[in-house]
Amino acid sequence: MEDGTKIVQTLLHGGKEYVCLMRLHGSVSEEKVRAVMAEFRGEIYQRPPLRSSVRRSVRRRSIYYIDTLEIRDRLVLFRVGCQAGTYIRKLVFDMGEVLGSGAHMEELRRTRAGPFVEDETLVTMYDVYAAHDELGSGEETGLFKRVVQPVERCVALVPKVYIRDSAVDAVCHGADLTAPGVLRLETGIKPRSLTCVMTQKGELVALGNAVMSSQSMMDQSHGVAVKTTRVIMPPGTYPKMWRTHKHMTK
Amino acid sequence: MSVIPPWEVRRELLVKDEEETNPDYGCPPDKRSFTQLVRFGVINLDKPPGPSSHEVVAWIKKIHGLHHAGHGGTLEA
Repeated sequence: MEDGTKIVQTLLHGGKEYVCLMRLHGSVSEEKVRAVMAEFRGEIYQRPPLRSSVRRSVRRRSIYYIDTLEIRDRLVLFRVGCQAGTYIRKLVFDMGEVLGSGAHMEELRRTRAGPFVEDETLVTMYDVYAAHDELGSGEETGLFKRVVQPVERCVALVPKVYIRDSAVDAVCHGADLTAPGVLRLETGIKPRSLTCVMTQKGELVALGNAVMSSQSMMDQSHGVAVKTTRVIMPPGTYPKMWRTHKHMTK
Repeated sequence: MSVIPPWEVRRELLVKDEEETNPDYGCPPDKRSFTQLVRFGVINLDKPPGPSSHEVVAWIKKIHGLHHAGHGGTLEA
């Protein structure tokens, strides 16, 4: 919503989980079904289907897990965790080929999109409607806060760097984050990895690509730590504490 | 070969330096006002099967009087 929409791109990277109902086109033993499905864990190659929104070249995708939930006759219910951009219909088709019977996807429900799961924050259209009424009534029932989540929720899985108040406004103006501005940071950051620049209060300032690893950010006293790519916080939220060189103001 | 799902990656917090944050500026996400939430907010919506993501976004924009709204992905099987 509003400035929060700037973040949508990051959601697409977080991985997905689905519960899927597969229908086999012939009788296959439960044992074989389980064995074949297990083979699809790890790296798979997939060509996007004819009707898809991306280029149809073979892509490598990670299947984090496939858990069989229930097998009844020719119906197989399973849960799959996979990298974003994995086609489940295709996965089911391919499993059907390996099984020899053929198979198709009967039903699909997404149970996770990046940091978003089916928890108390998952709301219905009615909740959204009622939340707006809460705004008008002036009575706080807690519904609005359950429906509208802070934008930071979107980046829950992205590694974070927490910065000095004095560095915030410069980043809001699009400046890169330099090492001296860093106060705290999460492990696992590598050069080029997507990184969140955060205030100490936990507000998302900007998204960027790391230039340094977590360890270098700890060790270095100068140099660019994160290259800012998308600013979320409006300039002026924090006071301007950076110097403007005379030749720049001319 | 196993690959860890992004939601199972555990990260530790490293402290490089300590400094106070000035309470006069900014606001922790959980203390945001309704107006601020609308501006920097997201909805985890259980979209009904009928209308398209696009239609749902348009509808939410209308009832909340928003200028911008988007969605984070379609269920493209």
